[in-house]
Amino acid sequence: MGGQLNLVQLQHKANDLRQDVIRMLEAAGSGHTAGSLGMADILTALYFHILNIEPKNPTWSDRDIFLLSNGHTVPIQYAAMAEAGYFEKDELMTLRKLGSRLQGHPERTMLPGLENTSGPLGSGLSQACGVAYSFQYLDNQKHRFVYTIMGDGELDEGNVWEAAMFAGKYKLSQLICFIDRNNIQIDGSTEDVMPLEDLHAKWESFGWYVIDIDGNKIQTIIDTVNTSKAITNRPVMIIAHTVPGKGVDFMEYDCKWHGVSPNKEQAEKALQQLQAKGSKIDSGDIE
Amino acid sequence: MSDYLINPNVLNDDVEADTIRGGFGRGLKAAGEANNQIVALCADLTESVQVNIFREAYPERFIQTGIAEQNLVAVASGLALAGKIPFAASYAAFNPGRNWEQIKTTVCINDQPVKIVGGHAGIGVGPDGATHQMLEDIAIMRVLPNMVVVVPGDAIEAEKATRAIAENGKPSYIRLARVKTPIISTLESPFEIGKAYVLREGHDVSLMGTGVMTYQLLVAAKLLSDIGINAEVVHVPTIKPLDNDTILASARRTGRVVTAEEAQIAGGFGGAVAELLSEKMPTPLMRIGICDRYGESGEPAQLFEFFGLTGEHIAKKVSDFVNNVPQYHREY
Repeated sequence: MGGQLNLVQLQHKANDLRQDVIRMLEAAGSGHTAGSLGMADILTALYFHILNIEPKNPTWSDRDIFLLSNGHTVPIQYAAMAEAGYFEKDELMTLRKLGSRLQGHPERTMLPGLENTSGPLGSGLSQACGVAYSFQYLDNQKHRFVYTIMGDGELDEGNVWEAAMFAGKYKLSQLICFIDRNNIQIDGSTEDVMPLEDLHAKWESFGWYVIDIDGNKIQTIIDTVNTSKAITNRPVMIIAHTVPGKGVDFMEYDCKWHGVSPNKEQAEKALQQLQAKGSKIDSGDIE
Repeated sequence: MSDYLINPNVLNDDVEADTIRGGFGRGLKAAGEANNQIVALCADLTESVQVNIFREAYPERFIQTGIAEQNLVAVASGLALAGKIPFAASYAAFNPGRNWEQIKTTVCINDQPVKIVGGHAGIGVGPDGATHQMLEDIAIMRVLPNMVVVVPGDAIEAEKATRAIAENGKPSYIRLARVKTPIISTLESPFEIGKAYVLREGHDVSLMGTGVMTYQLLVAAKLLSDIGINAEVVHVPTIKPLDNDTILASARRTGRVVTAEEAQIAGGFGGAVAELLSEKMPTPLMRIGICDRYGESGEPAQLFEFFGLTGEHIAKKVSDFVNNVPQYHREY
């Protein structure tokens, strides 16, 4: 679905979703802003071009599977899901509130269309491996793909590397993984907290096909996924270099925005900036 | 009257014995034959946990994860998302000992029908010592919402329990012992998840056992009858959901309860019964099991003696309990 949107329309979507995230987080009074904004382009590319899904039929048996492993960035997934038609956009404002289906971290059993419960880091790749293994070896569903996104700080978890070995061993070629490489985690920069580099070489040495991209360029994301689908003998790791807080100048690259939400004043300022950017998309005058 | 079909040979010296893990292995193969959605994963202990029986029958449905228990259950969660019924097996010391959070999040909150298989549980592992003698698994599994916890009492029941959890659609934990265990049941004996069974009726005290301890309680009950104490024996192979009705009915009949498990009594089976009785029908209770310490090396039979878990030891403890604690009979 959604494959007919052109690049300009997709850029508008991403901008709209970023505004939704700001409004949601401001209303919630807590939540993770930087990663949600930084991943907006990847989520837009997934939900409005890449994923083979039917939002009105979330358990459609032929659907692609998307598992968000770094569950704290779920506001951007909720925004994308609402925009795609899984539920009404009004519900976005219930994020993190008592009785909401939009839990602070995603819960599969609460909201149709969510494939997975996540939040505690490091397990999503293993779960994606389970799905990919099933498609490739058990059910012969070669047309279905499994996508997952991990945060870069998440890679500190040992579970990730257990999964990296597993996917390499079984050459899970229907598995396409993104690392949201924004270089921040709660306590500071990833390279200070626990250095990850040489990240590209690490994944290659585990038997993965690895591609580094600008994770804020929608066309690049789409092109790279097309390339990834053509890699039929290995899992693919897309190291997506993103700008944390992307689109709001006072949030960009600042690790203090990892786990906090904007107040009313900050939200208004952020929305003004995003709306200004939105008006430049049609002219092609965006960065 | 108890209509449970008990092995008629259970109290004889030549009672048949078999491994509970072997019963699991056969049950898994049978479950796999009945349902082609069943898959099995193991973390480098395939023969030890008897998953090799399934692997030989259905090699295309067996997945080797290596020594990586966190990945083991999280991959199983993904397989369940793809419609499979995965059995994720290793030693209980590591599964669920090491991967509890993955079980909580990716299996239980996610409500996926993954079956956690904890092999070599309890002190019966023997010489490997404390690190490999998992005693806390019942406590850490039964505290998880959505989780079913099954502790079969012999190989025959293990086979039935395996087939039952294969089809229950829920996250489930099955606890397996390593050594040969006397057969207490028969092929015709019932097994249903969530049911406890009165194996022997009595009126002085209720002896409630789970797993391999039920056999020891039957031995103890025989010894107690020789000294005039008439003990009821209740076998509780499902710890969650607990069969409250059967347990409370037995406690009401006898007015005294003893629990026995090859695990920590704190938070374990004894803990579960204590919670039930104290809320619904306070009744004098003695919990037998491992009491706030770790195991140690030794042959299984020596360890059962050392920790006071044999029928003889239990009979002595129960005799003291019965002689010192009055029966509690409710008037309402």
